Amino acid sequence: MAGPGTNAPQGEASFRNIRVQLLLPTWAMIGIFLLLPVLLMAVYSFLTKEMRGGVIWEFSLAAYDQFFVNRGLFGDEPATLEWTYIAVFWRSIVQALVATALCLAIGFPTAWFIATRPVATRGVWLFLITVPYWVNLLIRTVSLRFLIRENGPLNEGLLALGVISEPLAMINTNFAVQLGLFYSYLPFMVLPIYAAVERYNFALSEAAADLYASRWTTLREIVLPIVKPGIIAGCLLVFVPSLGAFLAPNLLGGAKNFMIGSLIEEQFKKSLGNWPFGAAVSMILMSLVLILLLLYARNASKSEVR
Amino acid sequence: MSGAVDIRGVAKVFGTFTALQRVSLSIEDNEFFTLLGPSGCGKTTLLRLIAGFETVTEGEILLFGQNIANLEPNQRPVNTVFQQYALFPHMSVLENVAFGLKMKGMDAPSRTKRAGEMLEMVHLSDFANRAPAQLSGGQQQRVALARALAPQPKVLLLDEPLSALDLKLRQAMRLELKQLQQDTGITFIFVTHDQEEALTMSNRIAVMRAGQVQQIGTPREIYEAPVNRFVADFIGETNLLEVDVAAIVDGQAQVVLPGGFQITCPSATAEAGRHHLSIRPERMTLVPVGSGLEATVQNIVYLGTDLQVMVRLDGGADMQLRIQNAARVQVPAPGTRVGLHLEEGAARLLAD
Repeated sequence: MAGPGTNAPQGEASFRNIRVQLLLPTWAMIGIFLLLPVLLMAVYSFLTKEMRGGVIWEFSLAAYDQFFVNRGLFGDEPATLEWTYIAVFWRSIVQALVATALCLAIGFPTAWFIATRPVATRGVWLFLITVPYWVNLLIRTVSLRFLIRENGPLNEGLLALGVISEPLAMINTNFAVQLGLFYSYLPFMVLPIYAAVERYNFALSEAAADLYASRWTTLREIVLPIVKPGIIAGCLLVFVPSLGAFLAPNLLGGAKNFMIGSLIEEQFKKSLGNWPFGAAVSMILMSLVLILLLLYARNASKSEVR
Repeated sequence: MSGAVDIRGVAKVFGTFTALQRVSLSIEDNEFFTLLGPSGCGKTTLLRLIAGFETVTEGEILLFGQNIANLEPNQRPVNTVFQQYALFPHMSVLENVAFGLKMKGMDAPSRTKRAGEMLEMVHLSDFANRAPAQLSGGQQQRVALARALAPQPKVLLLDEPLSALDLKLRQAMRLELKQLQQDTGITFIFVTHDQEEALTMSNRIAVMRAGQVQQIGTPREIYEAPVNRFVADFIGETNLLEVDVAAIVDGQAQVVLPGGFQITCPSATAEAGRHHLSIRPERMTLVPVGSGLEATVQNIVYLGTDLQVMVRLDGGADMQLRIQNAARVQVPAPGTRVGLHLEEGAARLLAD
């Protein structure tokens, strides 16, 4: 009879084998749906453009050159930094930051409210928060466009009530884009903060009050540091998609309120098609987001060490 | 005269549930006072009202003569040790202990010094820079204690602080808490459902039930002179017999036990009639048949230090008694006829 000692290595090896097999679907998923598209995008950004969309398999830095370098209208002037696309990026970042701040300002109290309801009714509130998400984002954005247009129900209602004397110009403004982003991504702020607040031990707030802390001090010194991971997760979940959003700026913002998402989308349309440039803009956007995430991760691990 | 804490006609209603019904009691300065009762009796509600986490429905709470019932918790010079400790997880042990001092506006060097002293007092100096999660339950308990004592409260409130600890640690902490109370001279108000904890630590105990105080007294008074069935039954073990009482003279009742045996015992009531009689199991001894009460042994339960003897009186009532598991004790077999001797103070007539 083989003892347990002689049996163990064999068992361990077969266990490792099984583990590899069990992990295979996950790796396949990540590979096919995450790594492969990104790799494809990276490769495309270094190829030469075909006039009516598509690419020619020939290495080229033209896409990045177009993004960063300005050689004048006919390409014969000395190279300077191209500001056009950086301006689009800058505007998008500001838009996304404002949207994130708005979502946080409304989302935090909302999440707090839901998390402090009796357990039995929390589900109902969460359900109500997620109900709009059963409808496609495109349809919701178009509906929003209908709601706020010049002779839409909102303007008509305000006029009828006598709050305003002439219709407000809401459509095709920065306000409309903000509204669209806020409306699209608010639940992504509410849900992670809810999860954090729901786990928060309210005895800690009592302990702080018992130790002479005011309500504000308790919020600042106890509550916020503890639910911070939820807040940061919510901010990232709103900021990142807002940065690359194209439905809200396209449908609600008009031509003036162009964002990165719209810029990328344009490049993959048949008429204007410049796939390598679209891919390059995507890569630059992704690098930017990645840098932000890395900065956050480094920050988080630093405070962990403390 | 006013004590450290005067509870005057305090009632608390949650929706349709009355947690406290006009409770009045006075806690002396420098006292270890315990609120004892089963869960839902209102003891924790009363503590939370004193701390300020709940607002009174009616009544006054006086702290050294000043009504604090309408103050916010952060304006009350009392501190609390919470049941699950409620240590701030994102702060070090030292920062936890210094938090109250910081909120009171003490400068950083002074509060670090004082917090260090507090940690020394609870033997945790070496753990100052740890996170609370890195400590054991008993250590967290002591941090909570140090944190609550650091701002030198006039009254310390303790909400079942030992209930999360294992038995050995709980017993050690009882002595430590009692010692700490005597050393600091701070009034402790201690909430527990554990009668043994209450008896071993308290100067006085208030036994509560269903939002009302049943009895207030020293551990000895509560144990040896319970006023009603609830107190007699909740504190320690007891035999309750329903008896008819012909007359009560000078607090002494003439009671006829089932089986016809007659005894005289102290009474918590002056009214004759049908009452309950409490007989403590450890105040009875087994004697040869022929003297005193007569009974038949039903069963014997081995408890280690003690033996629990279940008997049936000749009148039909079941009782239990406790005898020490000493070498000289002869254990009667079930079915044996025995006599029962009631020692001084074994029996007491209750009000209900």
